[in-house]
Amino acid sequence: MNAANAKLLSIVGGAGAVYLGLAVLMGVLPGAWLSRTPPGPGVKPLTAEEDLGREVYVSEGCSYCHTQQVRPLSTDTPFGRPSAPGDFAYQTPELLGSERNGPDLTNIGARQPSTVWQYMHLYQPRSVVPQSIMPAFPWLFRVVDRLPPGETAVPIPKAYAPEHGFVIPTKRGKALVAYLLSLKQPPLPGQKALAPTAPAAPAASAEANAAAPAGANAAAGAKLFADRCAVCHGATGEGVPGAFPSLKGDPVVNAASAKEQIRTVLFGLQGKKIGDTSYSAAMPPFADQLSDDDIMQIINHERSSWGNHAPLITAKDVAAERSSKP
Amino acid sequence: MAGPADAPSVSEPNKAEEERALVAIFSAYTVSATFWLIVATAVGLLVAVKFIFPDFATSPLASFGRLRPIHTNGTFFAWASPALVGLALYIAARSSGTRLYSPRLAWIALILLNLAALCGTITLDLGYNAGDQEYREWLWWIRVIFGAGIALTTWNLIATVATREDEDLYLSNWYTISATIQAIIITLVALLPWYQIGLGQVAVQGYFMHNAVGMWFTPITLGIFYYALPKLLNRPIYSYSLGILAFWTNLIFYPIIGSHHFLFSPLPWWLQTTAIVFSIAMVVPVAGGSANFLLTMQGRGDWMYRSPAMFFLVGVLGYFFGSVQGSVEALRSMQQIWHLTNYTVSHSHLTMYGFVTFTIWGGIYALLPRATGREPYNLLVGVHFWLSTVGMMIYVVALGIGGTEQGLDWIRGAPFIESVVDQTPYWLWRAVGGGLMFLGHLVFAFNVWSMIWGPVRAAEPVPAAAGVPA
Repeated sequence: MNAANAKLLSIVGGAGAVYLGLAVLMGVLPGAWLSRTPPGPGVKPLTAEEDLGREVYVSEGCSYCHTQQVRPLSTDTPFGRPSAPGDFAYQTPELLGSERNGPDLTNIGARQPSTVWQYMHLYQPRSVVPQSIMPAFPWLFRVVDRLPPGETAVPIPKAYAPEHGFVIPTKRGKALVAYLLSLKQPPLPGQKALAPTAPAAPAASAEANAAAPAGANAAAGAKLFADRCAVCHGATGEGVPGAFPSLKGDPVVNAASAKEQIRTVLFGLQGKKIGDTSYSAAMPPFADQLSDDDIMQIINHERSSWGNHAPLITAKDVAAERSSKP
Repeated sequence: MAGPADAPSVSEPNKAEEERALVAIFSAYTVSATFWLIVATAVGLLVAVKFIFPDFATSPLASFGRLRPIHTNGTFFAWASPALVGLALYIAARSSGTRLYSPRLAWIALILLNLAALCGTITLDLGYNAGDQEYREWLWWIRVIFGAGIALTTWNLIATVATREDEDLYLSNWYTISATIQAIIITLVALLPWYQIGLGQVAVQGYFMHNAVGMWFTPITLGIFYYALPKLLNRPIYSYSLGILAFWTNLIFYPIIGSHHFLFSPLPWWLQTTAIVFSIAMVVPVAGGSANFLLTMQGRGDWMYRSPAMFFLVGVLGYFFGSVQGSVEALRSMQQIWHLTNYTVSHSHLTMYGFVTFTIWGGIYALLPRATGREPYNLLVGVHFWLSTVGMMIYVVALGIGGTEQGLDWIRGAPFIESVVDQTPYWLWRAVGGGLMFLGHLVFAFNVWSMIWGPVRAAEPVPAAAGVPA
């Protein structure tokens, strides 16, 4: 070998060797070590259907807009508790994501457990969230003239529904929703589901509270409603006709006694008939997710908004219903 | 130091033959890359429009989730990579004053790279995504084909440079050859599955996405700078030693910083902290490289503004500001605002477009006309330059501000949908910027045509650098 090629070899070979060492040190070794992270308590592998749903999630590129990582930052508290290493034991490929054009989905199965909502949202996101920019996925559904036995039609609002026939999810559509609903964070050891007396929302100005019962706070109620309820009942409380009931002028919301309303929020509801419509979508129970104070704020917001004028409640009313479980 | 030997003597017939083979290869890589630039950025523009009209073109084949990886992988591996390989092959032969070791290997590599691009694009559009891991969404066998193309290139580059006449190794070749070797290692580490389970894959993804950018695109692009810029300005690079310092510091610091893509994630905290520290250390190679290029340009402003060197000016500014921005973004306090927002998208366009793509254009405009003897129309080079520059500025500024607002919306605890609604004007401006960029690419495609098949036109002679210390 001549001197020129010795020089070429030492530069290129030397740099290559250094880089190979660093690639092993910073890529392979951390990967090998962290691959052995054991599953956290309560973290379970997916069922076959959920697994297929995860494949659909990857195939349609959901994770380009939805993260699955809750950071230990105040910005992320609406999405669940901070993610722990053990949460990812059965998640290959990992779907942490790098962009959050849509909300984080780590805990979506707990935050939005209604299959009806999920189907409507996948078929046409704007049928349930008017400002959404999520793509529609009509190819996860088919339109049939007659419902096959055992199938339920997705109640798509007129503006988005096909001209005739029923919309039902395909196998892949069902699998995707099964996967989404499986995304629930198991509580960490030592972490209680949620203390009924979670810290109250930031205090509002005194004059805003003048007419309201102790602790009521119009801004906090509006925010809680926007975070937790508006996704089905709409920002203006009008719901989605045929799918999610309107709270505007609703007899339960305007009743003098708030008992039924409180119990609905605490324990959920399904199949109720209001007027001529029977609502098949399940309302999730919020007893484990919201404190008495939060629920009081939400109910008072509902009782004093959109033309509703009903007597307001206190956190004690919620506590009373919570302790007298059905 | 051996200066790049231009226009080798063509007295012997087989020298002329070798010369034609080299020019044909350089031209073919450029044409193929340009084709994919148009495809990948047309897809990018469509994706940008979907942010404003989400119900536009609703179909599985045109859905956002499938087109986005086609855009990113297309620009990375179908446009930028083959374009850079074509330039690197040409520079290896020219700077060594020798012939290309094997035109046949170069053609095979080009076919492999295009095969990978074609298969990758089609499979992604059909919904076959390897796992939503950014920049490695192509199925494993497609990435093997791509890696094989790069491996053949490495062999060709080394064998070409090994037959050079001078003992010294021209600095460009340090960068380009090392980049191809690193690309092979990166591809392999990303492919093997045994250490990529759950959280382990998160660590590998952090390594991969950052090293693909910083140990493949960055060094090979810098290699183009070190050859084409002195050629274009008719003066040597300001400092050879500074180039070597930047080479080694980039090599040591860059591979360590990948985890900064997963700050606040469940990855070990010390891994994240190490990544932050070395992200800051990256200012050393970045400032060294940028200063070297700017000092090479100094005093030639009177001539530069009428020459393709303007593309290098944007390239070096994109390199400097994009990289420093990356270092700042890596700080935890900044990540609290910017992580997961559109700010990141702004940053990646400042670097992959402002730095890498502008440098490729500078390299092609600087070298291709010399190879073919056909100059492009100066006016149209200018039109391309301004469309792409203004388009990029609109793009980067719009998403930079928009992403910041998005992060602040989250911090003040607004309902999530507000952070979506607030982005609308910025997404609109992004589409406007992207539209201008795309128009620029069409003009570039025409310029490529005129540099290869257009009328034979001689270049304006470069004035000697009188009175400038060289």
